[in-house]
Amino acid sequence: MQQLLQQLINGITIGSFYALVALGYTMVYGVLKLINFAHGGLFMWGAYIGLTGLSVLLALLAQGGPGMIFPIAVIVIVTIAMVGVLIERIAYRPLRSAGRLAPVISALGMAFILESLARNIYGASWKTYPPGLVPAGRVALVGDVRISIMQVLVLTVSFLLMALLYLFVYRTRIGTAMRAVSLDHEVSRLMGIDVDGIIATVFLIGPGLGGLAGMIVALYYGSFDFTLGWIFGLKAFISAILGGIGNIPGAMLGGMMLGIIETLGAGYVSPQWKDVIAYMILILILIFRPTGLLGERVAEKL
Amino acid sequence: MGSLMERLRRMPLVWQIGLLALALLLPLPLNDYYRAVLWRTGIYAILGLSLNIIVGYAGLFQLGHAAFYALGAYTSALLNLHFDIPLVLTWPISILVAAFFGYLISRPILHLRGDYLCIVTIAFGEVVRLALVNNIFGITGGANGLSGIDQTVLFGLTLRTPLHHYYLVLFFLVLTLFAVRRLENSRLGRAWMYVREDETAAEAMGIDTTWAKLLAFVLGSGWAGLAGALYVARIPVVSPDLARFIESVVMFCIVVLGGTGSIPGVFVGTLGMITLPEIFRFLKTWRDAWMGVAMVAMMIARPEGLWPSRRIRMEIREKE
Repeated sequence: MQQLLQQLINGITIGSFYALVALGYTMVYGVLKLINFAHGGLFMWGAYIGLTGLSVLLALLAQGGPGMIFPIAVIVIVTIAMVGVLIERIAYRPLRSAGRLAPVISALGMAFILESLARNIYGASWKTYPPGLVPAGRVALVGDVRISIMQVLVLTVSFLLMALLYLFVYRTRIGTAMRAVSLDHEVSRLMGIDVDGIIATVFLIGPGLGGLAGMIVALYYGSFDFTLGWIFGLKAFISAILGGIGNIPGAMLGGMMLGIIETLGAGYVSPQWKDVIAYMILILILIFRPTGLLGERVAEKL
Repeated sequence: MGSLMERLRRMPLVWQIGLLALALLLPLPLNDYYRAVLWRTGIYAILGLSLNIIVGYAGLFQLGHAAFYALGAYTSALLNLHFDIPLVLTWPISILVAAFFGYLISRPILHLRGDYLCIVTIAFGEVVRLALVNNIFGITGGANGLSGIDQTVLFGLTLRTPLHHYYLVLFFLVLTLFAVRRLENSRLGRAWMYVREDETAAEAMGIDTTWAKLLAFVLGSGWAGLAGALYVARIPVVSPDLARFIESVVMFCIVVLGGTGSIPGVFVGTLGMITLPEIFRFLKTWRDAWMGVAMVAMMIARPEGLWPSRRIRMEIREKE
């Protein structure tokens, strides 16, 4: 029981990473019906820019503390969000009317570019975040079940962001416009919605969250390399599908589920097979609930 | 240019023989390195043509094709290592095993919508790769894979040089071309394209769409298994890297870049994704970035692909 609780805490932490990245996939899919393969690359760049920012700040201040994470996180969000908008403008907007396949290739091309740039600028070796930024202590929750300060921090930030995003999408005018655009571009335009502007907003928020997630993941694990984007991107994308792609609460649920399944699989079955277990569950869920857990039951557009 | 193409189109035999002669003579003045590049081009052209059946004709998103390539390669390697079966005799079994797995994975998921199908194929590809890495049943040799596979002996002749292997792959490539050309214009081929364009209408016309899609998957997967076996015929080492997601991505790009559903398009795609990057090896780690730039630029300039099938070009033009 105690081990189970401990595993659940770890699983939810990892799940919140997946959820943050999955939100970017699901929002873009919502408005463009495009699997944005470049999203994993943007996520990885968040980790690299965070690394540069923290290193520079450390060199300037000579002494590190948890307080310096915040300004760097803001820089990461702003930079990656701008890159996201740029990518939409260059690689996706000209292909709006070009069918389903051409934008996918364009997105894959962007993923290649982002990965190769990271590899050339930062090198192929593993990068390590400056240690000791977050105090290493652990807090006892119930009995011997402990949660680290890092985990508390990560979970607070993720859940706060997800709640904010939820309120933004379901309670504001722009959020309503966003949901309208994901239903139908033409009709939204007739209703006076600036469709291009809304899509740009989506590419501001999704990559921004993804970039921040990259920095958080790098902080949590301590080290990473340029392959981070593909591996994590794939898992996050699977989370988005699990919850029902295009559905924002679905992405959060899917991320949590994948994180928990993976951790329990690693703890109770075998760490080597944890990914296989996660993928098998994905396949099974899709066979029995083809539109994901929270996806609407709609027929393929005729 | 246009009228020349038009005249050539009317004399298919002339340019077919011309191209074959070119393919036969091309490696002769080249060194072994470039002969190996041509061999690789041939392998990926076969893979592209096989994936084209699934993605191009039937319109099913398949981003896990490399898994079947790896399954074919491992089947050939394992049969040779454990049962001493000559490699040549393992080829048909490789095709059958890959086709069987194609059936197994596609049977329950064919009703899925485009992108969901795509993610299941990705997941299946990763499951295959991880199973190979984790040394499933203790026979796949883990992350290092298998080595010590025999050389290929064909009618008493041992294939040693890249040139031999190039001609072997060329033979199967021509065979594949012949087969897919026949398929394209067959009753089944027309059924696939109908399913791709409008599944509901196809069903209303009496096409068994599930059966058509299943056949596309099984044939495409089986043929990728042959490509895997041909890989083993020259490279006596197989590793789980064959099933990496990036390999599937490259195969997918080969089909779409040149023009989905178009046979010449597959060759253009192979040239762009395999041959040219091999020649541009001097760009080293920047090569992927340039490849990405080329992919984005090419899609913006020609979203229908470089050498699209006439049907697909008309569709995309129509939408605009």
